Amino acid sequence: MANKLNMRDRYKLMTRLGWETSYQPMDKVFPYDSYEGIKIKDWDAWEDPFRMTMDAYWKYQGEKEKKLYAIMDAFSQSNGHLNISDARYVNALKLFLQGVSPLEYQAHRGFARQGRHFTGEGARVACQMQSLDELRHVQTQIHGMSHFNKYFDGFHDFAHWHDRVWYLSVPKSFFDDANTAGPFEFMVAIGFSFEYVLTNLLFVPFMSGAAYNGDMSTVSFGFSAQSDEARHMTLGLEAIRFMLEQHEDNVPIVQRWIDKWLWRGYKVLSLVSAMMDYMLPESPMSWKEAWEVYFEQNGGALFNDLARYGITVPDYAEICTKEKEHLSHQVWGILYNHTAAAAIHTWMPDDAKMNWLSEKYPDTFDKYYRPRFEYWRDQAENGNRYYSQTLPLVCQTCQIPMGFTEPDDPTQISYRVSEYNGDKYHFCSDPCKAIFDFEPEKYCHAWMPPQQIFQGNCGGEGLPAVLEHYKFNLGADNMDYVGSPDEANWNLWKGLNGSVSGDVKAS
Amino acid sequence: MAVTAIGDYPVLPRDGVENFHGNQLVAVGWDHHLMIDAPMAFPLPAGMPFAALVGEVIPVAYSPHPEWEKIDWEAVTWTLDGEAFVPNMEASLEENGIGHKSVIRFVTPGLDGLWG
Repeated sequence: MANKLNMRDRYKLMTRLGWETSYQPMDKVFPYDSYEGIKIKDWDAWEDPFRMTMDAYWKYQGEKEKKLYAIMDAFSQSNGHLNISDARYVNALKLFLQGVSPLEYQAHRGFARQGRHFTGEGARVACQMQSLDELRHVQTQIHGMSHFNKYFDGFHDFAHWHDRVWYLSVPKSFFDDANTAGPFEFMVAIGFSFEYVLTNLLFVPFMSGAAYNGDMSTVSFGFSAQSDEARHMTLGLEAIRFMLEQHEDNVPIVQRWIDKWLWRGYKVLSLVSAMMDYMLPESPMSWKEAWEVYFEQNGGALFNDLARYGITVPDYAEICTKEKEHLSHQVWGILYNHTAAAAIHTWMPDDAKMNWLSEKYPDTFDKYYRPRFEYWRDQAENGNRYYSQTLPLVCQTCQIPMGFTEPDDPTQISYRVSEYNGDKYHFCSDPCKAIFDFEPEKYCHAWMPPQQIFQGNCGGEGLPAVLEHYKFNLGADNMDYVGSPDEANWNLWKGLNGSVSGDVKAS
Repeated sequence: MAVTAIGDYPVLPRDGVENFHGNQLVAVGWDHHLMIDAPMAFPLPAGMPFAALVGEVIPVAYSPHPEWEKIDWEAVTWTLDGEAFVPNMEASLEENGIGHKSVIRFVTPGLDGLWG
């Protein structure tokens, strides 16, 4: 009888990616992990954090998958969508499928690429394993939300939209930026900044939001992904520690990447802030509270830990502290302005929600936002719902319309500008400007949605041509929730006032 | 700083004025009036008179604001790309020094927007 291998030997047999090449020199086989300036003395110091669980990985993932799909099927068969708090909630899922799920796919591609390009075996195996996880995540999310696609608008062409629609260029350009960086920057961008530092600000709001609003299908895929996230966080932290421990010259490079990518991620999460505070009929916590717990407290502890390498909290943390009082309201205002060109619905909060916002934001909501929102609500109730008729100037780096205010003056838009090669470039903030100024070659050819529309690259002139190019079902995917087919269907299914006869879901 | 890249990294600006079919991009912001969420961008011919910008273009974006009707245009002050600026209403955008991707901002004394 053959001897049973120990865990370490089994792992070696299962991966078998580490050998010294002989036909070609190693630096020709792995040409991309040196140009970024990161110095590595000993690749063996990077151990694959998945090594001890590799054996069980396939079994556990298979079991998780079976359970997850059983729950999703049960949700579907029992018309689980009828048990959610309100149809407004579904817009959080639309935003997730349009904006976040395609990033899971991009993460799959990005980690697969790094899984090829790192010289070290441990780093390559870890990245390949994460690449598999990310592919599983996007698949389960698409499957989970396919049920909602049968009953609600705003789901049907999410992948097409991700590549074209203005507000989705925010997450898309974020990941394109990471995937066009070198392997080490990618690890700081996605492995560390996004998966380690910011992930809780993305997943907790969506998953606890789903739980609070009766969406057990989404809660299930959240839980299923969560056990993977723990491994991903371990990899992100290991990657950064490895870089910092290998050579002191790596420290300033890593610091600059942390500064860049926490800010890039923070700007993407501003969409989540609006989702949390406005789209969820039942809110587990406000954006401000989430920021305090998951960034200020948990992130603070992390930076204390990294201080021994010489890593510091980004200078702009103070801006985020001031902005936490404003971010969600400003982003909801931006989405509300441009809802005619969005595949989500927006609406003005009712009195109960406004009061909740006043309570959560006692220093800012009543003073800076309630008057605007009440004016909009009155206008809408009088049949004059405000929609912007024009296109905004958007930030060249984060690609969000320039609707953010000066850190010390919430009544004034923050304008920043750089000149490069004789042209002007506009930014919403000092950190977005600093990112551009460091690598203007990269951001001067960003695909800016308003500019692309004006250049005639989005279907033609005028909003209807652009929306056709987007493949929107006009009057169904876009516009206010009030008056939408989603609302009419919901009222019909739930027997609520204002219901109309017949199924009015757009084709 | 140069971009960190594997090799040569060509500079390919996507939004040069030559891509706008004879127009230039001009952005306009009304300070403190954030119901209109952001400065708005317009593709405009360089020969357009400033008066047409005020009379025909800006209203499309800003006239929904409840303070729009109350604006005293004689009292309005302007900035162009961050500098104080007195526009010549009859002159063209170009003659007023407004270039591609310029930002024009205006302030309406006494009208401060919707605040609590």
